[in-house]
Amino acid sequence: MIFATVGTQLPFDRLLLALDTWAAMNSDVPVLAQTGQTLTRYANLTVVAKMDQRRFADAVAQARVIVAHAGMGTILTAIEAGKQLILLPRRADLGEHRNDHQRDTAIEMAALPNITVVEDSSSLCTAISAALTRSNDPDLAARSGVASAQLLGTIADFIWSEARRPARRPSPYSAALRA
Amino acid sequence: MPVFTLSKTTNPQARPSPRRVLAVASGGGHWVQLMRLRPAFDGADVHYVTVDPTVRDMVSPAPVYLYPDANKDTKLRLIASALTLAIIVLRVRPHVVISTGAAGGYLAIRIARLIGARTVFIDSIANTRQLSVSGRLAQRAADLVLSQWPAVAEASGAQYRGAVL
Repeated sequence: MIFATVGTQLPFDRLLLALDTWAAMNSDVPVLAQTGQTLTRYANLTVVAKMDQRRFADAVAQARVIVAHAGMGTILTAIEAGKQLILLPRRADLGEHRNDHQRDTAIEMAALPNITVVEDSSSLCTAISAALTRSNDPDLAARSGVASAQLLGTIADFIWSEARRPARRPSPYSAALRA
Repeated sequence: MPVFTLSKTTNPQARPSPRRVLAVASGGGHWVQLMRLRPAFDGADVHYVTVDPTVRDMVSPAPVYLYPDANKDTKLRLIASALTLAIIVLRVRPHVVISTGAAGGYLAIRIARLIGARTVFIDSIANTRQLSVSGRLAQRAADLVLSQWPAVAEASGAQYRGAVL
């Protein structure tokens, strides 16, 4: 099964229409898509507008390949599950997002072994077919589900710190009370 | 899941008083990143605040409060978010507020400052080139703002202390 998700906030027809075309040519592979709110009909996809957390986790667990916008939630979830992930970043110039941060995210994430970044519809279709042939790759092991030890230590220390929040403005009364 | 070992300074025996923590994240990646920080909350009384009721199972039995999602383009909802978050902050009265964004996290930090909470904002790992708008606003309100990219931290004046990945 291929699972596609474009988040739940903004439509992303460039990705879903390309996937719909791929699915039409590969009817033996079921494709499930979380589409967000959209009026477009995709004849060859099983669509859900918005999944709850459990259903999303099930879809990720069952997928052989995940196709997605470069949203951080999907990227982290796919890495934790050790799944192959193909990212098509949203572009602001095509009205797909408010800015181009997904392209920057995708560039950084492309270094991870399970991630393929594509820029257009045709390379998306090529990448899906290639990913399906790439099975049992040892690089695709599931990763840890927690942050780095340094970040966890910083947050734990912050929680248990005895430091009072530094007063930005000394109270006019404190001097008077001391006097 | 590997067990996170607490450092000496956070040894449970040395903890003088309980800590009530308000952990705030909007949906999607912000929430996933907050979940990756959970081992750091060990021993604290954590109250979660988010936009999606279906995450309740993930953190049960910890309490989950909901606020309406908003961003800088949805001004009216932003006001609704701020009011809801103000009620949550006043009800929970946290010692510490931790947020992984986005706008709701900044608002919660801003409100929690008024009751003397210590606050930390962790900018999303998705912001690889510059701090998010919420992160930049949080720099004027939070005690600690972290970027997950060293170069972004250096350019923005935020701190770098590792990443969720």
